[in-house]
Amino acid sequence: MSKQDDDVEKGLVERDYSNREYSVGEILRERGVSRRDFLKFCSAMTAAMALPVTFAPKVAQALDEVKRPPLVWLEFQDCAGDTEALLRSANPTVAEIVLDILSVDYHETIMAAAGHQAEAALEKTITDYKGKYLCVVEGAIPMKDGGVYGCVGGKSHLDRARQVCGGALATIAVGTCASYGGIPAAVPNPTGAVGVREAVPGATVINLPGCPVNADNLTATVVHYLVFGKIPALDGHGRPLFAYGKRIHDNCERRAHFDAGQYVEHWGDEGHRKGFCLYRMGCKGPATFHNCPTQRYNDKTSWPVGSGHGCAGCSEPAFWDTMGPLYKRLPNVPGFGIEHTADKIGIGLAAGAAAAFAVHGALNAIRKDKEPNDETREG
Amino acid sequence: MAKIVVDPITRIEGHLRIEAEVNNGRITDAWSSSTMFRGIEKILKGRDPRDAWFWTQRFCGVCTTVHSIASIRAVEDALKIKIPPNAQLIRNIIIGIQNVQDHVIHFYHLHALDWVDVTSALKADPAKTSALAASLSDWPNNSPAYFKSVQDKLKSFVASGRLGPFANAYWGHPAYKLPPEANLMATAHYLEALEWQKDVIRIHAILGSKNPHPQTFLVGGMSIPIDPDSQNALNADKLMEIKRLLKKAQDFVEKVYIPDLLAVASFYKEWAAIGGGVGNYLCYGEFPDAAGNQWLPQGAILGKDISKVLPLDQKKVAEYVDHSWFEYASGPEKGLHPWDGESEARYSGPKPPYEYLDTDKKYSWVKAPRYDEKAMEVGPLARVLVAYASGHKEAKAAVDLVLNKLGVGPEALFSTLGRTGARGIDCLLIARQTPTWLNELIANIAKGDYRIHANEKWDPSEWPAEASGYGWHEAPRGALGHWIKIKDQKILNYQAVVPSTWNASPRDARGQRGPYEAALVGTPLADPAQPLEILRTVHSFDPCLACAVHVVDATGNEVIKVKVS
Repeated sequence: MSKQDDDVEKGLVERDYSNREYSVGEILRERGVSRRDFLKFCSAMTAAMALPVTFAPKVAQALDEVKRPPLVWLEFQDCAGDTEALLRSANPTVAEIVLDILSVDYHETIMAAAGHQAEAALEKTITDYKGKYLCVVEGAIPMKDGGVYGCVGGKSHLDRARQVCGGALATIAVGTCASYGGIPAAVPNPTGAVGVREAVPGATVINLPGCPVNADNLTATVVHYLVFGKIPALDGHGRPLFAYGKRIHDNCERRAHFDAGQYVEHWGDEGHRKGFCLYRMGCKGPATFHNCPTQRYNDKTSWPVGSGHGCAGCSEPAFWDTMGPLYKRLPNVPGFGIEHTADKIGIGLAAGAAAAFAVHGALNAIRKDKEPNDETREG
Repeated sequence: MAKIVVDPITRIEGHLRIEAEVNNGRITDAWSSSTMFRGIEKILKGRDPRDAWFWTQRFCGVCTTVHSIASIRAVEDALKIKIPPNAQLIRNIIIGIQNVQDHVIHFYHLHALDWVDVTSALKADPAKTSALAASLSDWPNNSPAYFKSVQDKLKSFVASGRLGPFANAYWGHPAYKLPPEANLMATAHYLEALEWQKDVIRIHAILGSKNPHPQTFLVGGMSIPIDPDSQNALNADKLMEIKRLLKKAQDFVEKVYIPDLLAVASFYKEWAAIGGGVGNYLCYGEFPDAAGNQWLPQGAILGKDISKVLPLDQKKVAEYVDHSWFEYASGPEKGLHPWDGESEARYSGPKPPYEYLDTDKKYSWVKAPRYDEKAMEVGPLARVLVAYASGHKEAKAAVDLVLNKLGVGPEALFSTLGRTGARGIDCLLIARQTPTWLNELIANIAKGDYRIHANEKWDPSEWPAEASGYGWHEAPRGALGHWIKIKDQKILNYQAVVPSTWNASPRDARGQRGPYEAALVGTPLADPAQPLEILRTVHSFDPCLACAVHVVDATGNEVIKVKVS
């Protein structure tokens, strides 16, 4: 702390907080977040985690008890889209809750410090809170040629990931790049880009793919950890079941049109205007696991299908190669939508994804022994 | 002589490193380096040109619409597709609100902390802050109680001892000049802007499903259907919501951003003589109407001479790699036009971890684009200068108003402060204009025109065997161009020359510095261990490095020679 900060503390701050740490709930009230808004937030988080409504008081109680854990946010081969998603988060309001629930000690896009001072802030947190801080990773990690394709402060992304993710309580990979390599890992993967799980095999990693991540799912994951003291149950691709447990197709508001065989045939045609199924325009919803239809984006304003464009499949591993082209319909045209047909599509694509993974040398990501065992699930 | 390094440059998009030579408290030379590379254009090779917008959108999640726009324009140019008026208007609204939201975020969340000392706000008198705010604007959040509550929040945050993203900054640095009350006011607006930005950008979600990365662009139009009689299309309800949000955007810009900008600038007038840079400005023009006429004009200004605006010729764009980690098959010292471009990555820098780059040789993943052999600055300053020099009525009025309020002449625009001021002017102009495109859209729908897409060439079998085109766009950060070649319905070559490639450019074959580098030369440094002044000038450009490094060549080793027509 600078001298000026000391002065501030000595001269201007009346209340002494130093004797004990305050809970998230207390801090929020201190910052002017009403109890009502706090409970509203708890309800939203309960819904995001796909928990029964009766859990909301438990979420509130737990948040009333937990302290503000430190979090560092690393950006590697990224576009900052996940950071921007965080800034758009509405449940809770972005600034208050993210600054108040957590102590975001390092985040290059928003932090005031730069250069050596920024580096020092990171070092301090990962040393002082070793094994206790949360790490969020945005962007892929280039493995090729000694990591020369990504450096910060003269240090390769790979070295930094090993150091920081390795010492974290848990790492949350936000977006498809950090989860599975994403766009830089698409064929021919010029820089040898991979996701965090593959770059740092020993770390506890939760994948929140999507392009970008839905910030509500990120907050819900953090809250899940704060409330239950363990990371949520994950699927075979390391994704929390509460957000990725169901196919888009299963929850789609246009599902009835699929079942009725009512499809959009041309952009702007009557079916398009009336909200018919986008399957024939290339929608990848039947093969994609994500809670977009229920969570939606930007304060629940909309989501791709809701605004007339098909799903791109962006939360699936290697979707850039296995789901494209964007406007090509999925194989095995089902005609009438019957459940087993959609299942077949899903299986077909999963096989395609596995093949692509093998091609990219990323087989580890789907190997059984890389899956979290019960111990890691317990956090 | 001391060489200092700032890496990471924070509060930007992407990974930027500045090395600077300092003599007697002043920067005497500087090098701008980007330290991250993905190679997306190489990945684009052989894919469907209709998908390119979706891929190139991922160049950047901050200016999240701009590559989509440039990409679909490039493909539409190649395939000679004319889009319906509704699609043009929806694009203008999307571009408009992207610019407005992006500029405000830049000012408050990426740039303000270079000028505003948050810790000083703790010493402010809320009543005096209220009086200051009320003297500047009639924005309703200006009571003493309001500023007291903001200050209390800040106090409890500081007192927690856990400063989070505000830790370890240059607080108390002698270059901070604002009185505590101005610092408190700006801090309050930092928080308000954070709320505001997520609301107004919901326009993108209404029109395009989500932000960042709206999913609504189509080669030939847009994918948001229009039908006043459907709940699954753009209807009266959604149009009115957009109208309300555009009003909210305009109000904040007029009543908060611009007054704050002028207030802050008045304390830092010495920065109107610092950070000038290359003095050449390039603008592609933006906001076409149905006939293709641009609302903001295009052109180039050379040597700070605003008495003439030169017409543009896309053939004059070329990229050099003499100081970038690439090699051309045709050898060094030659620039390549984007249609002829190559992008073989050949890293020759130090092995990480490293302390210094070898700046005499190759030192960046950014190429060096040049227009007619000259380094060009792009961005709001270029846009505003070209409009001003072209006699654009609204631009002229806005520029003169700001210059008068600050009591400075037009030469003050060629500076760090001028760059930051021009961004505000640009934002104001666009915030006021965007509602007119919404009104035109509503009028068109009222006439019964629901068309959003030109279907004739959607099917690739309708395309010629070979085609080439380019798409230009004025992104928030400036002139953006995508160049595409299509063969047998697939992408043969794809090149993007983006705003931050122009601005963050390293030296070229002739040793000419890029705009950041040139602007840093002469900048004073009160304390080289706390190089706050470097951040001021670099941030005034609003760097976006993921955009800048994209490696554009989709052709791999193959060298494609194309006759530029």
